[in-house]
Amino acid sequence: MREIMTGNEAIARGAWEGGCHVAAAYPGTPSSEILENISRYREIDSEWSVNEKVAVEVAGGASLGGARALAAMKHVGLNVAADPIFTMSYIGVNGGLVVITADDPGFFSSQNEQDNRWYALHAKLPMLEPSDSQECLDFIRDAFELSERYDAPFLFRVTTRICHSKTIVEPGGRAEVPIKPYSRDPKKCVMQPSSARLRRYVMEEREARLREFSNNCGYNRIEWGSERRIGVITSGVSYHHAKEAFSDIEDEISFLKLGFTYPLPDELIGKFAREVETLYVVEENEPYVENFVRQLGIKCLGREKLPAVDELSAGIVRKALRGVEGTKGYAADITPPPRPPVLCPGCSHRGIAFALSKYRDIVVSGDIGCYTLTVMPPLSVTDSVICMGASVSAGSGFSKAFQKAGDSSSGMKVRKVFGMIGDSTFFHSGITGLIDAVVNKNSIALCIVDNRITAMTGHQENPGTGRTITGEATHRIDLVQLCAACGVKPENIRKIDPYDLKDTERSVKDAYNSDEVFVLITTQPCALIKDVQRRRAGVRCEVDQNLCIKCRACMKVGCPALSFRDGHIGIESSMCNGCTICAQVCPKHAISQSGEFR
Amino acid sequence: MTERAAMETKSILMAGVGGQGTILASKVLSEGLMRAGYDVKMSEIHGMSQRGGSVTTHVRFGSKVHSPVISEREADILVSFEKVEAVRWLVYLKPGGMLVVNDYEIHPLSVLTGEAAYPEDIIGRLRDEVPGMISFDAGRIAEGLGNVKAQNIVLLGALTKGMKLDHIDWPSVLKDLVPQKLYDLNLRAFETGASRLV
Repeated sequence: MREIMTGNEAIARGAWEGGCHVAAAYPGTPSSEILENISRYREIDSEWSVNEKVAVEVAGGASLGGARALAAMKHVGLNVAADPIFTMSYIGVNGGLVVITADDPGFFSSQNEQDNRWYALHAKLPMLEPSDSQECLDFIRDAFELSERYDAPFLFRVTTRICHSKTIVEPGGRAEVPIKPYSRDPKKCVMQPSSARLRRYVMEEREARLREFSNNCGYNRIEWGSERRIGVITSGVSYHHAKEAFSDIEDEISFLKLGFTYPLPDELIGKFAREVETLYVVEENEPYVENFVRQLGIKCLGREKLPAVDELSAGIVRKALRGVEGTKGYAADITPPPRPPVLCPGCSHRGIAFALSKYRDIVVSGDIGCYTLTVMPPLSVTDSVICMGASVSAGSGFSKAFQKAGDSSSGMKVRKVFGMIGDSTFFHSGITGLIDAVVNKNSIALCIVDNRITAMTGHQENPGTGRTITGEATHRIDLVQLCAACGVKPENIRKIDPYDLKDTERSVKDAYNSDEVFVLITTQPCALIKDVQRRRAGVRCEVDQNLCIKCRACMKVGCPALSFRDGHIGIESSMCNGCTICAQVCPKHAISQSGEFR
Repeated sequence: MTERAAMETKSILMAGVGGQGTILASKVLSEGLMRAGYDVKMSEIHGMSQRGGSVTTHVRFGSKVHSPVISEREADILVSFEKVEAVRWLVYLKPGGMLVVNDYEIHPLSVLTGEAAYPEDIIGRLRDEVPGMISFDAGRIAEGLGNVKAQNIVLLGALTKGMKLDHIDWPSVLKDLVPQKLYDLNLRAFETGASRLV
């Protein structure tokens, strides 16, 4: 039966069909729904791993133990997991092993636009690149068997438009594959110099066999047009953009559609190129295929025509390759006000961000999560965001720099450094930074904004929630104990209610005045958690217009439920959850909470 | 699909604000189109969009759809769930295409705080640019039916009418995709929306 599925749903289905036994991931847009969907198949042991490196190691170990295994992550997650991946490429597999990287051309929800196809080249990992949901299903189903055949972990590269586009697929049944027997093989599995050197030669031989496969497999195919005037080499979603860009003369154009993109098929590309007059390479972001084509001594057009930044569309490809500007479109003479995402009404991050916003002489080293949004006015508190966990360690670095500056120029006040990191991000890669700060006596005040969920990516469980991916109860890691174990003095660890501004401000002040590592842990859960919404559904804040002096102090907390319209402050009752942050900043006590908690 | 074998691809762009239900509307739409035998592709952006940002969903259908993404000036219909979003995404509307705008305002933070102004007379100015524009207050209609949140399905009803997709059995698609207790409300919302376009 035909179904319409996102790429992520199709990957989950294909993994199940391909006999996958073990799956591990850390959530990250656009990859998160892969494991969410896989966890619904009871035949597959699924987990939210603490980070991507852990996920790849869990999957890698499962593979060596004989299971078919996969790990899924967003593109930047592969940086975290790069260490095991590079060496797993040497070791190879027992049960089939697939690592999924979900790249984000167009920066829809990422801090960079890195093109992870280079990882395949760098780590010598065979790579599959599907172009729609049916290929997601087919390719990953096949990937486990291919991984076993070539004794290599496979990289499975998708992009936002593959992950989050729905296209029609025909699902099949599951291949029940037994767990392979395990036997100890240190020469293959213990990567110390002597054995690794030998494996390196094995990899070269494997690469030659894979290149031959790439030249002859069905994943790479030529679609000859009626003419040989124009040939297009393309892969992934760019294939569909390119097809559409030439749709009026589709029959005339020849395509080399690549689905197996490492090693690239040298002979097939040569054969295709020899036949066509003008050769285009259509790909998003980096000239990954194009560089290879040029290395073969083949002339082609690609990057000098197509943009290096942002995702492609059929319109962009059409304009770039054919010079066709569409007919003039509509344009209203109105400048729309920007509408960036904002902290939700009732967000548990607002209180502490507001408390920090009052200090002009601090630096806030930020991190990856909803609280990144505190960078925007009116809160404007975040100074830097680099990657997962960097709030703590980059904060240490800031502190060192300010210390040096303070030392050298007399009278200059040393700026205080705060870090802000979420619960899931702290577990992911903040712990090491905290230990580093304690041991090296770096002065930093870390705010762990614990909202009991991995919120930004759509509410996944994490080590602090007490539930596994399937909802099963499990041990819950206690942040206070954890920070104490990292060496933070117990008197410097403070749990605070971020809905209580006085309490929050007092603790922020104590942290500000301390020269030692200080940790503030907020305790209100994400306002979007279903139970939280139910409990607070009847609670609201209201403005007493007789008391309100329109000073707009409440607007400084940046809550989208509040508005200043026609000279009046209003609170949209359908959005408000009665957190009372606005009420607490009102100098005239004109805002009050009403209703009952359930 | 034989009778529609040569049908060219049609493109529907839905624009709105995170939380307005564009994704459910596009889910119902693509499911209905698939059941009617069309090739369908739909593209949406998750992630930051849940936090009240500007969102779009692309739905494309025909006998064979290539790209899942609509290019600028290529949407046959732009259905905007919010007025300012119609302005923001207008460049995607094909010349001669249909514009449906929900006469409904959601103020971005900069407007709420009074730093920026919400543009005046958007409907009038859009109508000057796109003469055949259709506009109504789907929020009020949905409220009248019992729940303002059903405005997405009111707009979906109008969209299916505008795209001449009456031959598809929408009630049965709605039945399968919306929670059972909300089915009656959504069906009425759908029909009321469809009746706004004749």
